[in-house]
Amino acid sequence: MYQYDRFDQAMVDARVEEFRDQCQRRIEGKLTEDQFKPLRLMNGLYLQLHAYMLRVAIPYGTLSGPQMRALGDIADRFDRKYGHFTTRQNIQYNWIKLEEAPDILAALAKVEMHAIQTSGNCIRNISSDHFAGAAADEVTDPRPYAELLRQWSSFHPEFSYLPRKFKFAVIASETDRAAMRLHDIGINIVRGHNGDLGAAVYVGGGMGRTPMIAPLIRDFVPLDQLVTYAEACLRVYNRYGRRDNKYKARIKILVHELGAEEYTRQVEAEFAHLLAQNIEPPIAELERIKAHFAQPAFMPGDVETSQPDVGDGKFAVWVDRNTHPHKQSGYASAVISLKPVGGIPGDATSDQMRLMAALGEQYSFNELRVTHTQNIVLPHVRKADLFALWQQLEAAGLGTANLDQVGDIIACPGLDYCSLANARSIPVAQRISERFAANGKGDTLGELKLKISGCINACGHHHAGHIGILGVDRKGVENYQLLLGGSEAQDTSLGKITGPGFSEDGIIDAVETAADVYLRERQDGERFLDTYRRIGMDPFKEALYG
Amino acid sequence: MIILTGNDLKSGAVVWWAGVDWSLHVAEAVDVGDQAASIAAREEAARRVNAPYSIDALRDENGVRPAHIKDRIRALGPTVRPDLTLKPADPEAGNWVI
Amino acid sequence: MADALRFRTDNAVDHPAVTVDAYLEQSNASAVRIEPGDDARDLLPHLGHIRLVEINFPAFGDGRGYSAARVLREAGYTGEIRAVGDVLVDQIAYLRRCGFDAFEPDQPLDPSDVKMALARWPDVYQSAADGRVPIWSQRHG
Ligand code: SF4
Repeated sequence: MYQYDRFDQAMVDARVEEFRDQCQRRIEGKLTEDQFKPLRLMNGLYLQLHAYMLRVAIPYGTLSGPQMRALGDIADRFDRKYGHFTTRQNIQYNWIKLEEAPDILAALAKVEMHAIQTSGNCIRNISSDHFAGAAADEVTDPRPYAELLRQWSSFHPEFSYLPRKFKFAVIASETDRAAMRLHDIGINIVRGHNGDLGAAVYVGGGMGRTPMIAPLIRDFVPLDQLVTYAEACLRVYNRYGRRDNKYKARIKILVHELGAEEYTRQVEAEFAHLLAQNIEPPIAELERIKAHFAQPAFMPGDVETSQPDVGDGKFAVWVDRNTHPHKQSGYASAVISLKPVGGIPGDATSDQMRLMAALGEQYSFNELRVTHTQNIVLPHVRKADLFALWQQLEAAGLGTANLDQVGDIIACPGLDYCSLANARSIPVAQRISERFAANGKGDTLGELKLKISGCINACGHHHAGHIGILGVDRKGVENYQLLLGGSEAQDTSLGKITGPGFSEDGIIDAVETAADVYLRERQDGERFLDTYRRIGMDPFKEALYG
Repeated sequence: MIILTGNDLKSGAVVWWAGVDWSLHVAEAVDVGDQAASIAAREEAARRVNAPYSIDALRDENGVRPAHIKDRIRALGPTVRPDLTLKPADPEAGNWVI
Repeated sequence: MADALRFRTDNAVDHPAVTVDAYLEQSNASAVRIEPGDDARDLLPHLGHIRLVEINFPAFGDGRGYSAARVLREAGYTGEIRAVGDVLVDQIAYLRRCGFDAFEPDQPLDPSDVKMALARWPDVYQSAADGRVPIWSQRHG
């Protein structure tokens, strides 16, 4: 994986000192909160419901054992012994003191990490496929392109006061595991007709209040023009994106209002202009970055191509659900579920972080990933090691076998932590996972992606859940809307609201009712989403409200 | 009653205006009447509080109850982590916010 | 104009800037003021006659002026580009990178803060309007 050179390190170190100075000026009263707020946000520091919250970037979700260990240690030293992994592959600490924030950034910088641009109206952390570099189906490892863009977007002088936040996702396979088309810019690295790699660029997707699926605006950008093309996309947005209304300021609104064709025309004109400005790093820079992502030294595949007899029933289920095919025979990617029954989705204790760090070092060539579904991946595990790995996970409460099942719920922090929330998300997730574990239906449902947001901002991706839940405020009481039919995979679709909302108890029942309709109606091999798409909303409405 | 709340500038902790100083406990909040804006401005300028705002609340037998659930959760702590709330020993504390 | 912090040695223009619309209609002014909604490219045919472009930031969070400055520099404009309005020391390094070479904010800047802010970044990741050599170029000599 990528390692800083002296330049990268110097930039991060300078940022720590800059922020130390800014915090000092705030505490001394030289900066008002209005002036300080955008500065702290660009360092990931929010003022949340209970305290300051710090969001730390995990670029394209990849981290090493020592980095994961450092995250655990920070949780002990500066927070309350846990952290929350987010739907953008980052981690958040919930109980931060302003005075200590610069020290945390300094601790992060020691392990080549930072919180740069994890908030604010700038280019945010770039997300990617959590199986990148391991997945059997990828065209290439997408992360070098994400890293190239990370450096380009870091401290970008022109694009640090955009109309609104800006999120990239970069993938390189037909299967979309990163909700690519629900980002401001989604990039899919593809092989062109001539056999060369290039970027298919989608612009103007997003969730939030006005969910939109990004249209393709260019099917092939040569890799030696990628940064220039991104610059053109951003410049058109910075100049013409709406600034009169915060809710209409995302690039999806600009693309929608102009039309994809007109937006594309403007980008192409800006692109032609910028090509003459020579702002593109040389291909040698991309090659330098790529060298950091060289394949680990896998054992030859023919030594053992399958794990030993899976014996223990529980282990077999875990292997079946929580591992993913690897490009190297004899290996698999193993997913550690942070969704125990009744647990808080995405939360991990400092001890769990340190254990996962050690397991990543021992079994996965010192690499871990954070998924946008708030789980952790050990990307390169020998199949022969899976049993030993699973045993250690089980012992630490990390062996839940529920990947992509109804218990593998995405939930945003909601009203338990978030100052923008209308309703709590976590207790709903906890009760749903408990309900389906207790009645045994969870095991019969197969793939069912359930996603919960505590407000319209949709951090919990509710629009893209096979079943989505949106918390709303009804006269000061928490209320929940139910959505069906969303997907954030390659068949991206947006869920539709079933009808009137439900109370907290009501929404738990409603989810079970929807699941029952599926169990009754499903045909051979259909997932919940397939059945919904075949039979439509009516049978569900009938059962829910009829 | 109208009470004043915000976060401690340095620690970020949720605080309530208790008449002469800020308190961690909503039960100690006092009615600020029409003084909310002036107290907030003074305290903010003195950097004792960050992002202060006033809210409606009711005084009842259990103390002071903010009108909105959001401020009740702020007063208690995260309902999903009773151990991290101000009432870690009380398993029923979470019911108060609803 | 005595208060402007300038990073140039020529004499400052001594008359007030006119709006872009006024300039385009008919003007022999040599100073123009760009507001956030103006298109800096409208000025490109006239750059040879302009000595000062003021770019206004009614609120520091409105970043359109950064693009406006770069557009002018990319078109070869070498006159003064002055940031006016709500401009804080925390934005100054980025503004310099986009081609601003003078600052006259509503709230005067503390020169020592400015000096520190400009010295903060040892290097830069991107090619922009200030001619600094990006890190990628240094890596590959
Ligand atoms: S969706 Fe709303 S409640 Fe949930 S984390 Fe985002 S802003 Fe907060």
